[in-house]
Amino acid sequence: MKRNRITECNEWILERFPLAKLWNEHMTHYYAPKNFNFWYFFGSLALLVLVNQILTGIFLTMNYKPDAKLAFDSVEYIMRDVNWGWLIRYMHSTGSSAFFIVVYLHMFRGLLYGSFKHPRELVWIFGMLLFVALMAEAFMGYLLPWGQMSYWGAQVIISLFSAIPVIGDDLSLWLRGDYVVSDATLNRFFAFHVIAVPLALVMLVFLHIVALHEVGSNNPDGIEIKDRKDPWGHPVDGIPFHPYYTVKDLVGVGVFLLFFATVIFYMPEMGGYFLEHANFIPADPMKTPEHIAPVWYFTPFYAILRAIPDKFAGVIAMGGAIVVLFLLPWLDRSPVKSIRYRGGIYKKALCLFVISFLALGYLGTQPATPTATIFARIFTTIYFGFFLLMPIYTRWEKTKPVPTRLTKAHSLEEQLHTLEEQLPALIEEITELKPVATEIGHPAFKSSAYTRRPNPAGIMNVASRLARKVKGSLD
Amino acid sequence: MKNLTALLLLLSLSFGVAAAESVELQEANVHLSDNASLQRGAKHFVTYCLGCHSIKHIRYLRIALDTGVDQKKMLKDIAPEGASIYDQLHSAMNKHDAEKWFGTQPPDLSLIARSRGANWLYSYLKSYYIDPKSPRGVNNLIFEDTAMPNPLWQLQGEQYAEPRKTLWGEYTQLVLKEPGTLSEGEFDIFVNDLVNFLVYVSEPVQLERQRMGKYVIFFILMFLVVAYMLKKEYWKDVD
Repeated sequence: MKRNRITECNEWILERFPLAKLWNEHMTHYYAPKNFNFWYFFGSLALLVLVNQILTGIFLTMNYKPDAKLAFDSVEYIMRDVNWGWLIRYMHSTGSSAFFIVVYLHMFRGLLYGSFKHPRELVWIFGMLLFVALMAEAFMGYLLPWGQMSYWGAQVIISLFSAIPVIGDDLSLWLRGDYVVSDATLNRFFAFHVIAVPLALVMLVFLHIVALHEVGSNNPDGIEIKDRKDPWGHPVDGIPFHPYYTVKDLVGVGVFLLFFATVIFYMPEMGGYFLEHANFIPADPMKTPEHIAPVWYFTPFYAILRAIPDKFAGVIAMGGAIVVLFLLPWLDRSPVKSIRYRGGIYKKALCLFVISFLALGYLGTQPATPTATIFARIFTTIYFGFFLLMPIYTRWEKTKPVPTRLTKAHSLEEQLHTLEEQLPALIEEITELKPVATEIGHPAFKSSAYTRRPNPAGIMNVASRLARKVKGSLD
Repeated sequence: MKNLTALLLLLSLSFGVAAAESVELQEANVHLSDNASLQRGAKHFVTYCLGCHSIKHIRYLRIALDTGVDQKKMLKDIAPEGASIYDQLHSAMNKHDAEKWFGTQPPDLSLIARSRGANWLYSYLKSYYIDPKSPRGVNNLIFEDTAMPNPLWQLQGEQYAEPRKTLWGEYTQLVLKEPGTLSEGEFDIFVNDLVNFLVYVSEPVQLERQRMGKYVIFFILMFLVVAYMLKKEYWKDVD
């Protein structure tokens, strides 16, 4: 290679900073299992959303005023008078909801494939700390627009701390900096939202990734690829993260952006879930809104809080719902990681858990009627049951033999191809040819004397086969 | 036969207006690309609402640009006397007077359409009725004991609330007894224009973002195709 100024400059840097070493260790020489599926996109997507939040956040901060008198108006000013301000704000508000969607799916992947189990306990703990930091970040950020929901949401959540015996009242006063949520609260939440928590988030992301790269990524089969290496010391079932997973994640990024842009440009309020309607009214300490509900991503925990009749016990339960997630690596006693080789009990338990989490999320958005409260109690019991009974049922259930090598992942094209092959037979089964009832003079039916009509018996057959398959996959 | 028609009419109305506490809203016809309607709405707003309600988050210039009105025409025909094109739509009424007269400050209307919805606004403006018991002499079916007197009474005329009974319960129907200067159809268009304008000011960029969205999504689709081809190319040797 011809020596010129640029290569000299590069060498000067590389002699003094291990850039190439870092790049190799974490990208080109980091071997990841080759059978990652759909669930493995959400880690890199979470990173993308974090970058989006930080960048749009910087631009929002340039025009936002953290002052109880000016905050609401400054947000509307961003929406109307600042060039492209509306886009930046919608990217930030949609990004916060997207962050939780992506992170919830990322965590669910952990539950599916046992990614929290030995030797990845610390990866999980760092991840859980990230989740807690993210919740703090979202909660404090939600106060900043200073709308009615911002104000009263913060009022309700901070007042929860006053339920703690002895120190409660002083603690909540200390958190607010005032007897009610006020300018002092807004200012400190702004400080936490724009610098303290984001710094913690970035540092935790760093720790999360370093810890992950030390032990290596899990995979849908839940086996350690490092156990089988080729003569050069590379895992036989691994491929370098870069370029294989970087290009694959680009596809994931494209699909994600498609949804993200659709929300930003066509439904930024998302029916009042991403931006709540009541939050378009400026905060008014004298007027309590009829119905206070947190943003959708907090509603499962809010429903747990309301399900418990006693306030302090409710706060404990809400905190416990998060603490119990930290304990997951030690609650799960199963010898296998992946759901593919676990017994039927874990599959059913996970199914129930997902249903209860979604149901709690829905109930949290609704007013607490007596019926809703009963349902919330049932689902809260299931939520905790999933975790607290785990040491029993995971040890008790019979697992399936785990393969020594990764099983092959079927790509989307292959799945589509098999579907394409099976489709004619399937159509043949669920329909039947019937002679057309001749309608004289009707041009549409003249050419063919037979037409396809749904066949009830065939549909029943296919449905029962499907049901048996679903049941089989749960055993 | 006559009785039967009356019964059927009542039944259909009982579904339209709905029984018990929650009053069903009437549907507003919002068309943000209808510049003529937006201009009429802006004019109505300045004439009938600006006395008490500000829209402080928008300027006359922005309305002129977005609804395609010449700036000079905007100042002459729509904006109040003496307003500058760069002014926001500020009400002349001060806070203390407002609290003394109405017991509350009239809300800024920049975002009411967004928090309450177009149908709510449309129904609200049409649901005033004469109520001698209320301090202002009027009440509203959608917003009970509202502090706002009916600013459009001359146009709409005087409505009276009449209780009606059906098999499904009781409901209140508003009956126009004293016709106003506008016919019922004209009044509906009037209110609709006003609501259309308020929906526009609540988020002035909404038409633009929808237009822009098509190009962004097209670009992302193109990116997706390239990314997918790249992925396939790299992954062809992975078994």
